[in-house]
Amino acid sequence: MKGLDRITNPFNDDKVISNCGLFGMMSTRGRKFSGRDVILAMANMHDRGNGLGGGFAAYGIYPEYEDCYALHVMYESMAGKEQTEAFIRTAFDLVHDEEMPHRDPASSRVGGAYTAGTAPILWRYFVRVPENVLKDMIREDARKDIKNIEEDVADDYVVKQVMTIDTQIADAYVFSSGKNMGVFKGVGYPEDIGNFFCLEEYSGYLWTAHGRFPTNTQAWWGGAHPFSLLDWSVVHNGEISSYGTNRAFLEMHGYYCCMHTDTEVIAYAVDLLARRHRLPMDIVAKVLAPPLWTAIDRMPGPERRLHTALRLTYPALLMNGPFTIIIARQGEMIGLRDRIQLRPLVAGIKDDMLYLSSEEAPIRVVCPELDETWTVKGGEPIIGRLGGRVITGSESRAAAS
Amino acid sequence: MKSYLLPQFAVYRDDDKCIRCKVCVRQCSFGVHAYDDEDDEIRSNESACVGCQRCATLCPTGALVIRQHPHEFRPNANWSEEMLLDVKRKAETGAVTITGMGNDKPHRVYWDHLLLNASQVTNPSIDPLREPMELRTFLGRKPDGLVFKDGRLITDMPPQVMIETPIIFSAMSYGAISYQAQLAFMQAAQELGTLCNTGEGGWPMDFRRFGRNVIVQCASGRFGVDPDYLNQAAIVEIKIGQGAKPGIGGHLPGEKVTAAVAATRMIPEGTDALSPAPQHDIYSIEDLSMLIYALKEATNYEKPISVKIAAVHNAAAIASGMVRAGADIIAVDGFRGGTGAAPRVIRDNVGIPTELALAAIDERLRREGIRNRASILVAGGFRNSADIIKAIALGADAVYIGTAALVAMGCTLCQQCNTGKCAWGITAQDPYIAKRLNPDIATRRLVNLVRAWTLEIKEMLGGMGINSIESLRGNRLHLRGIGLQEWELEVLGVKGAGQ
Ligand code: SF4
Ligand code: SF4
Repeated sequence: MKGLDRITNPFNDDKVISNCGLFGMMSTRGRKFSGRDVILAMANMHDRGNGLGGGFAAYGIYPEYEDCYALHVMYESMAGKEQTEAFIRTAFDLVHDEEMPHRDPASSRVGGAYTAGTAPILWRYFVRVPENVLKDMIREDARKDIKNIEEDVADDYVVKQVMTIDTQIADAYVFSSGKNMGVFKGVGYPEDIGNFFCLEEYSGYLWTAHGRFPTNTQAWWGGAHPFSLLDWSVVHNGEISSYGTNRAFLEMHGYYCCMHTDTEVIAYAVDLLARRHRLPMDIVAKVLAPPLWTAIDRMPGPERRLHTALRLTYPALLMNGPFTIIIARQGEMIGLRDRIQLRPLVAGIKDDMLYLSSEEAPIRVVCPELDETWTVKGGEPIIGRLGGRVITGSESRAAAS
Repeated sequence: MKSYLLPQFAVYRDDDKCIRCKVCVRQCSFGVHAYDDEDDEIRSNESACVGCQRCATLCPTGALVIRQHPHEFRPNANWSEEMLLDVKRKAETGAVTITGMGNDKPHRVYWDHLLLNASQVTNPSIDPLREPMELRTFLGRKPDGLVFKDGRLITDMPPQVMIETPIIFSAMSYGAISYQAQLAFMQAAQELGTLCNTGEGGWPMDFRRFGRNVIVQCASGRFGVDPDYLNQAAIVEIKIGQGAKPGIGGHLPGEKVTAAVAATRMIPEGTDALSPAPQHDIYSIEDLSMLIYALKEATNYEKPISVKIAAVHNAAAIASGMVRAGADIIAVDGFRGGTGAAPRVIRDNVGIPTELALAAIDERLRREGIRNRASILVAGGFRNSADIIKAIALGADAVYIGTAALVAMGCTLCQQCNTGKCAWGITAQDPYIAKRLNPDIATRRLVNLVRAWTLEIKEMLGGMGINSIESLRGNRLHLRGIGLQEWELEVLGVKGAGQ
């Protein structure tokens, strides 16, 4: 098996440590807008990163291939590309593929200090899971009672193929695999990465972004955030001290943590809880950042039983240590801080727009007149959903829509 | 027959300091000291001395010093003094040498070769005096996942037992330890919000009020087992093996079976209480499963069932079978675990260190995807809070402490528990000796010890940037090995220091 961590983690550290700035903006009415503002906001937080990683996730950007999985792949060599394409052609129905549009790496100042002006080969593929594969998988699936079983087994299939490419094929790495969404990331300051990928030309209703300050990795494009699997994407600021426990638990559930980053375990944890175990998103947040036992002890009976059950069943998915994350998927953006509030998260609302950011200033840069802005409490998720509501913690606030 | 054994300890009494108060005479349960009326002198029979230090501790003037006897055989690296004496002892008695407490051989203590992590710069450490620090732990089987229907939780939780600190008092039976000592364990467990284990000697009626804090054992002798015994307790533990004597049963001599012990064990007074080596209804894993489910039936599926084994060579595979057989808790007892009485040759030669067994079991259950289906309790030689936190990082849910708890009550590891003469009143049945252990003072000492360790665990957790013990469980990245070989690092699943 190819050791991805050997690329992103050449010194074989327990995990790649990185701290950062993050930003997310979403129209809860599904209004689309370009990547211009999110780039502007990230440029405002330039100093939270050190130029060793920047990236974006955008939702609603591929309406013409809405029902296809969009695989964004980076290659270090032509051989990797050829092998991967042969694999993709056997594993999927390929609908369309093309080079990812980008500007000249040298003039875009990407690549970082060591490899300035260079970029990997960046290609995208719009694919479907072949009908016969789907039929076979559904026939073999024991879970007869599940709704959307087609989508579910197709997702499982895609995860498996992505893991195969990532772990088996040299010089190839799938960094985005969702439908009607895409991740754009690389080595460089986020504003330079955004410019490199021409993000001002895309149009999406939900954007998240990340500027990275890793302490110990050399520049590898795949190591930047967001980290994504299917249409989940995660940007993350923090260092998770429970990493070893989280990883051991996820490995027990078949996730191979090949990148050795905290962000990767969060993405897998969310996939396990929300997709495979079908927990509602606000419950997922309570697993990642549960209330303290002293708070649980004060809750009324049913709520206490619920939170006790969560802590007992998923103790190994508690994310301990400082973190702020913005998780996104189609139609939903979730912001969450660690329960003792060691890393910052600010929220802002203006009309149908929900903003989440490490600092307030970048929000003000793109939207000077906010209806409301506040510091998010530890362990209380802020959830923006298509349909016009923003849910904060246990209570709901209606976004002025 | 004239004994060829030399005394092991020498008694030095400073005659200038001695005031002839006779405390040592009364306190020594081994009959070392005697007062000679005619000469107004205290004389000592050194060959009876076991080095328990009771007299030296209580002598009001500090007149006594008990030291290892300075006699020396011709040095011989192959034939140590211990070997010589053991041969001579057997030649004199023709009997198996019995001893108390755990393996005292200088095998590698893996806890001492594991180092803990701490946060610097990229991740803040947490100050437990200012921030919450959660040690609450739940013992019992956990579901594979939760199922919600229309926003409501519909998964039923298997029975769980909550403890506020991951430290439990290990199995010590009434009979092996005194009534007073067992009372102290019950009171301390209650005050600390943790558990104590009755061992296999039954459960005195007047201790049943401590039920929420008690684990009862169902062992090969089935002493004291009846429906009330099972249903009053928090957890029922099937005892298959014990770290100090894997593969063999137990024997409480008739002299220790007083009326009270007899009533508790449900056997006639003065008869030997024999625990067979195997449980005579368990000759295979499916038999174990039947006993587990019989106990679940008897307790209406309301209590976790624990199965305790000694740490032996293939403990990991056995543990996996136990989980599949329905055990909600796996207890594993390493070869340094104590005992009231065991053949010395077994205590010192059978079994493996608990550290290695724990690492192997946790790893195996994870690989098989069933780690959540049982809690892991570890026993066998915890000496301080660092040992305990390292066990949790290796994958334990909580630890059993036995020897350390006895030391807190006064024990000096003189290894005479089997004689029933414990000068500290801990493992004595003779009411005259046993009553010197004041249960309330002993309770205080036990509570203090566990409190202190709990605070230390919080300090170390905070240092690692962790505020909840579940985030350390099985988190071997917070451990590094030092002075270990490749295979040892591999079994423990840790990197070497600096790696
Ligand atoms: S206890 Fe000390 S002072 Fe009292 S008789 Fe013994 S040696 Fe003398
Ligand atoms: S319990 Fe008593 S007899 Fe046993 S080792 Fe400790 S002091 Fe000695």
